[in-house]
Amino acid sequence: MTAYLLKRLIIAAVTLVLASMVVFAVMEILPGDPARLMLGFNASADQVELLRNQMGLNAPFVLRYLHWASGLLSLDFGRSYTYSVPVIDLVRERVVVSLPLALIALALSTAIAIPVGVFSAGRQGRAGDALAMGAAQLGVAVPNFWFALMLIYLFAVWLRLVPAGGFPGWSAGAWPAVKSLLLPAVALALPQAAILARVARSALIEVLNEDYIRTARAKGLPYRAVLWRHALRNAMIPVLTILGLQFAFLLAGTIIIENVFYLPGLGRLVLQAINQRDLIVVESIVMLLVAAVIAVNLLVDFSYAVVDPRLRGRQ
Amino acid sequence: MTMRVDLPEETLAGVLAKAFGNRSFLIGFAITLLVAAVAILSFIWTPYDVTRLVIADKTQAPSPAHWFGTDHFGRDILSMIMVGARNSIAVALVAVGIGMGVGVPLGAFAAARGSLADEALMRVNDLVFAFPALLSAIMITAIFGPGAVNAIIAIGIFNIPVFARVARAGALAIWPREFILAARAAGKGMTQISVEHILPNIATLLLVQGTIQFALGILAEAGLSYVGLGAQPPMPSWGRMLFDAQTRMVTAPWMAIFPGMAIVITVLGLNLLGDGIADILDPKSRRRR
Repeated sequence: MTAYLLKRLIIAAVTLVLASMVVFAVMEILPGDPARLMLGFNASADQVELLRNQMGLNAPFVLRYLHWASGLLSLDFGRSYTYSVPVIDLVRERVVVSLPLALIALALSTAIAIPVGVFSAGRQGRAGDALAMGAAQLGVAVPNFWFALMLIYLFAVWLRLVPAGGFPGWSAGAWPAVKSLLLPAVALALPQAAILARVARSALIEVLNEDYIRTARAKGLPYRAVLWRHALRNAMIPVLTILGLQFAFLLAGTIIIENVFYLPGLGRLVLQAINQRDLIVVESIVMLLVAAVIAVNLLVDFSYAVVDPRLRGRQ
Repeated sequence: MTMRVDLPEETLAGVLAKAFGNRSFLIGFAITLLVAAVAILSFIWTPYDVTRLVIADKTQAPSPAHWFGTDHFGRDILSMIMVGARNSIAVALVAVGIGMGVGVPLGAFAAARGSLADEALMRVNDLVFAFPALLSAIMITAIFGPGAVNAIIAIGIFNIPVFARVARAGALAIWPREFILAARAAGKGMTQISVEHILPNIATLLLVQGTIQFALGILAEAGLSYVGLGAQPPMPSWGRMLFDAQTRMVTAPWMAIFPGMAIVITVLGLNLLGDGIADILDPKSRRRR
């Protein structure tokens, strides 16, 4: 198992380094001079040149990359051009909104999808299965931000149960903060849950055809116990794979959903930064999200080894 | 000559008969046809001109004159949805084209060569998969500015590894077969075998994946346009219409309801079509999914 884990770890590290090169190279070919941008168009060429030297912009490409990359490792992303504060401070303020949002959505999606998948697989071909899978088929087709608008209309405008948007901050207490994340999390989670439920169902149905399931039934185990304990565990590999991919979609999804609900998260920050051409902020957030995606996929690879004993035995 | 060993006894009539018996396929095909027809119709006729602003008619509720109501500029929502269909279809279709055009040859090459080429492809795949379409769109927009073309490129780039994976997995399953050995014995090269024998046999897989990516492309385009990174006004697009609707949810909910339903129906149709094709041409896929 160590060999397997080591290989996945190395692949993740290589991917991360390559991704950082891509992000850095993309930002390098951008037109526009950050020094000129900071000083304004009235600054003299000498002043700009001085600042360029101070900012290290005149160093060779490779050195600048190494400087930037080593900064990333110590969480030093540089300073925002527009806010004139370290990017890490901006990120720290926002990540406490985006990360809980993505995690609540992930938890919701799993909590809905697995029971629905098990329910459907257990009633394959019957009315309950058809209904659940029809709903899932519809759920897959719904864009999360439109779903969000409909939720706002229903729960915030009509029923007035939750706020339509905004975030009171964690200092206002946990419940008001969580409450303002509820609708966005549901909007993010349901379309993902629809996909996950379909995957869980088909993975389960495949497993239910296996001989050891018949054996478990034959020795007198109740159907429910077989379904939840024996079948579900063996169906976890495809489910985990999709869960890992979904985390990437959820993170990207928060960028859009935060804009629907006016949540002060990373997504809002990155879109504002694009409009203000605050590229160092864009670069940092893209890099952070990419790192998160790679980290989660690594976690999924590791969890394969936990779920599937065959992987543990290999090599 | 091409060989299709997977479906030796399939005749066109047999496939058609199965198609007419498949509910997913029929519904999906009908919806897809309808959306395509609406998009084509919008080139020659829409109920109202979408470029003309009639402020006197602004934010009118649905009525016999405006079936889906009007927006804050007095434009007819139905007409805008019709023109918006063009944009959605064009973006998603070209993005699928990019994904297939680059991804399939890459995947087929990796499967044919194996070892080092294969490993390299999978690592590059990992790399691209680390950038969700929205993130690459954000980077591309940061460089070139927002626009429909950049949305196409961003979604297309994300499609490449998807098709590369499907093509590779499909091709790897075909390569060990006897008729490939026969083709090699006949002196055919890797490229010729890939084009003449591998490709026809993975066409079904690619077609099914194509409809899925088409549907995802429409969702992604709507998302990009919604946050202002896709099609720019005055070009009507479904995502942009939803953005305009957002601040008017209380006074003019129809501005949000109808464009959203257009997206849902289109994506639903494509997904049903994909499921249907998979069932008809390859009954095994029902289990695999």
